Amino acid sequence: MNAETPISLEQRKDKLQGLGCSRKRVEDARFTQGKGNYVDDIKLPGMLFGDFVRSPIGHGRIKSINKEAALAVPGVKAVLTADDLRPLGLHWMPTLAGDVQAVLADEKVLFQNQEVAFVVAEDRYAAADGVELVEVEYEDLPPLVDPFKAMEEGAPTLREDIADKTEGAHGPRRHPNHIFTWEAGDQAATEQALAGAEVVAEEMVSYQRVHPCPLETCGCVASMDKINGKLTIWGTFQAPHAVRTVASLITKIPEHNIRIISPDIGGGFGNKVGVYPGYICSAVASIVLGVPVKWIEDRMENLSTTAFARDYHMTGRIAATRDGRITGLWCHVLADHGAFDACADPTKFPAGFFNICTGSYDIPTAYVAVDGVYTNKAPGGVAYRCSFRVTEASYFIERMVDVLARKLDMDPAEIRLKNFIRKEQFPYTSALGWEYDSGDYETAMDKALKTVDYQGLRAEQKAAREAFQRGETRKLMGVGVAFFTEIVGAGPVKNCDILGLGMFDSCEIRIHPTGSAIARLGTISQGQGHATTFAQILASEIGIPAEDITLEEGDTDTAPYGLGTYGSRSTPVAGAATAMAGRKIRAKAQMIAAYLLEVHDGDLEWEVDRFQVKGNPERHKTMKEIAFAAYNQAIPGLEPGLEAVSYYDPPNMTYPFGAYVCVVDIDVDTGVTEIRRFYALDDCGTRINPMIIEGQVHGGLTEALAIAMGQEITYDEDGNVHGGSLMDFFLPTAVETPTWETDWTETPSPHHPIGAKGVGESPNVGGVSAFSNAVNDAFAHLGLTHTQMPHDHWRVWQTAQRLGLTGQPAAAE
Amino acid sequence: MSKMHVKMTVNGSQVEGLAEPRTLLIHFLREQLGLTGPHIGCDTSHCGACTVDLDGKSVKSCTLFVAQANGAEVTTIEGLAAADGSLHPLQEAFREHHGLQCGFCTPGMITRAYRLLQENPTPSDEEIRFGMSGNLCRCTGYQNIVKAIRAAAAEMAAGKEAAE
Ligand code: FES
Ligand code: FES
Repeated sequence: MNAETPISLEQRKDKLQGLGCSRKRVEDARFTQGKGNYVDDIKLPGMLFGDFVRSPIGHGRIKSINKEAALAVPGVKAVLTADDLRPLGLHWMPTLAGDVQAVLADEKVLFQNQEVAFVVAEDRYAAADGVELVEVEYEDLPPLVDPFKAMEEGAPTLREDIADKTEGAHGPRRHPNHIFTWEAGDQAATEQALAGAEVVAEEMVSYQRVHPCPLETCGCVASMDKINGKLTIWGTFQAPHAVRTVASLITKIPEHNIRIISPDIGGGFGNKVGVYPGYICSAVASIVLGVPVKWIEDRMENLSTTAFARDYHMTGRIAATRDGRITGLWCHVLADHGAFDACADPTKFPAGFFNICTGSYDIPTAYVAVDGVYTNKAPGGVAYRCSFRVTEASYFIERMVDVLARKLDMDPAEIRLKNFIRKEQFPYTSALGWEYDSGDYETAMDKALKTVDYQGLRAEQKAAREAFQRGETRKLMGVGVAFFTEIVGAGPVKNCDILGLGMFDSCEIRIHPTGSAIARLGTISQGQGHATTFAQILASEIGIPAEDITLEEGDTDTAPYGLGTYGSRSTPVAGAATAMAGRKIRAKAQMIAAYLLEVHDGDLEWEVDRFQVKGNPERHKTMKEIAFAAYNQAIPGLEPGLEAVSYYDPPNMTYPFGAYVCVVDIDVDTGVTEIRRFYALDDCGTRINPMIIEGQVHGGLTEALAIAMGQEITYDEDGNVHGGSLMDFFLPTAVETPTWETDWTETPSPHHPIGAKGVGESPNVGGVSAFSNAVNDAFAHLGLTHTQMPHDHWRVWQTAQRLGLTGQPAAAE
Repeated sequence: MSKMHVKMTVNGSQVEGLAEPRTLLIHFLREQLGLTGPHIGCDTSHCGACTVDLDGKSVKSCTLFVAQANGAEVTTIEGLAAADGSLHPLQEAFREHHGLQCGFCTPGMITRAYRLLQENPTPSDEEIRFGMSGNLCRCTGYQNIVKAIRAAAAEMAAGKEAAE
């Protein structure tokens, strides 16, 4: 009765292309042929193009705006200012962090390149001509760019709109430029631990302002259909469903009349989580003009206005015994949030998950406080390829541990091994309140140290330092060791939400009569290859080959509600939803199979792609047969069809970890720092697709290289932004990028249905520390404990100069 | 602004159109000809997402006026597959070796690599890295791109030998 040619169990498994195989990506066919469909590829009849007039100054009052000349440009259709948006109540918009942000500058400008007016024209050239001709008169106000001066008495008040509010979204405000204070841990106990400690090391560790800079900038096409009252927005959205809800709340258009579509997205890395003025202005323009309006940022607008990351200034004190047991950790962060608090964190976490800053170590007591302040800089504070503020936290602890090791004259690897949370301590509750799900840090570290021959590297470094001392070389060798623990997969709805939207995710599956399927998710891929990997999860769960499963995401009219893709949450949350929905399908399939085989449900067992009668595998029904039966047989007590939906609220976050080692050679006379070797061991739990994991690690490490070795957005004292173009903002090319060595261990998450933890962001989190530790290590024997990132040639050269390595070989002693 | 008449050969076909002389080649290709394979990542000549082949050279089409391309022979990613639809070895190799993630840099990368392998059919890894340094990728870390180009070079050399 089973007509298919019998094939072996192994062949049946291989055919599925399920969990653990390096399935080639289904997305690639269109991308390699130039057939992707990104936002800027969308062209609708009658579509207009919008472009911004931006503030040339960092802080000032708008005295007048004259649109006349712009409106006279052929092709210019409209010029919108705050006054035009005011009657609609759309001149300000809520931010994800509970603040408000001006959509178009309302009386004041608060950062250079802030949106002041929106010119809509027939094409982008006419729009640009119009932008040139909008005349805006400003009165200069003193810019505030140094976050350390933000709360000084007499500091200029930036946010006049909330100047009198003593209560912010996250508690009391002490100063007009103060946003919040956020604390975790036991302050008194920590201070006591520090006071009584045998050794205390202190450092101020800054993590500079950077930008995710995906290769595609942000943009959208808004199209209001006046006839059926439906607003459709195609856009670079990492969280399309949340955008729909927010758009509905602020425009008052009912949610069912808004359709948000994220088409192919050219990289996100956190940049595309937020809601930006361009989206609102395009939507308003489309509503007013009755035709579709496109808005696409250029690169300078992208770097200088949408979504900076980091800008955390972390003062730390770490206490230990003389033999290197860490006994306490204290940290104060000054967080520069720019002109509006638009951080993309879960709402109850104004500093994200920064309290993961005890890292991979068993630290008995800790305390952290974060103060957020306003400055005349662009808003943002997004999670640039990391879970919320986790890379800042990880960088902080990994530098502090190294600083402590120097003070104790201990080896950085040894001090880490000594303080690791032990395997048997999991699930482990940290002093700052997280419950780590699983880990085996020692095994990972040992494997890393062995693979790179750590002892050999230290011996070589010693010899190299002696040769340097003798004047035989002008190069210093540095070895950076970093061990990180991430916290990803936000998150349990009980404590994680964004503007009240719980951070669950979802998957909906329909099995077709002929045994193929479609699955839709609440997430959206930006290069992670969801269409490939989620089909693999499903293939293993429901026994249908991955190639027969279509994956769809990103269209709010068809996909189930979900909170989107960022913070490495797709695999931990949507991946789990996928597995759970698959299990629901299987449960129904089992009942159908039982009916067909005329046995009890309980007499059946699942094997790869079929249910078979226990002890009699000859009698079975494949998923394909079951699918057909679901649509053509009247089964008593069962509805026809075979579909399921799962909304997954994770019981906990997941905690991926890893051990990284970086070796650098620094030319002290030029500051040129060569990455000789970079080894990355990642443990992301169950591995779904090793090829894609490796690709994610390569990409994350390259972003870490960029951050640690060169990226920085600064402001001069007049409030001018520097680093706002690819001329100044470092993106490594293939030449600067080393060849990465990757490795892994596999410690499944105990609470995730398939044990997967997420990997996309780990290499960025661990990588930055490893690079920075390597550069610091190169100079450690000369008394250097910490030097700030980015470690570009100029800064490294300056460090060498400061340490007296001034071009002449040191005389042999 | 008055428009000029432009004519060029794109992916083997004669095309013509009216465009303002200041129109950038990338906008002419994408918006007038509907060839949305080449992308815009920076419009300042840094990223290479807009790379096309122009008279046998790789150019960044965001930095060329359409007027400058008048009469030229242009190849974009859309023109790399063979007439029978079979993919170019580079297109195959990028998929095979996971040389792309979000895909935004990919058309420019492949178009640049296509020219690189004509300039140097047997490049070393270092020569590949150098030859591709005008094209930025934010996702892959380049390692698999280098691998893909190396594999395509070998494939093309083998194909050539077989043909001889
Ligand atoms: S868009 Fe042409 S080089 Fe970036
Ligand atoms: S694949 Fe995303 S930029 Fe290269």
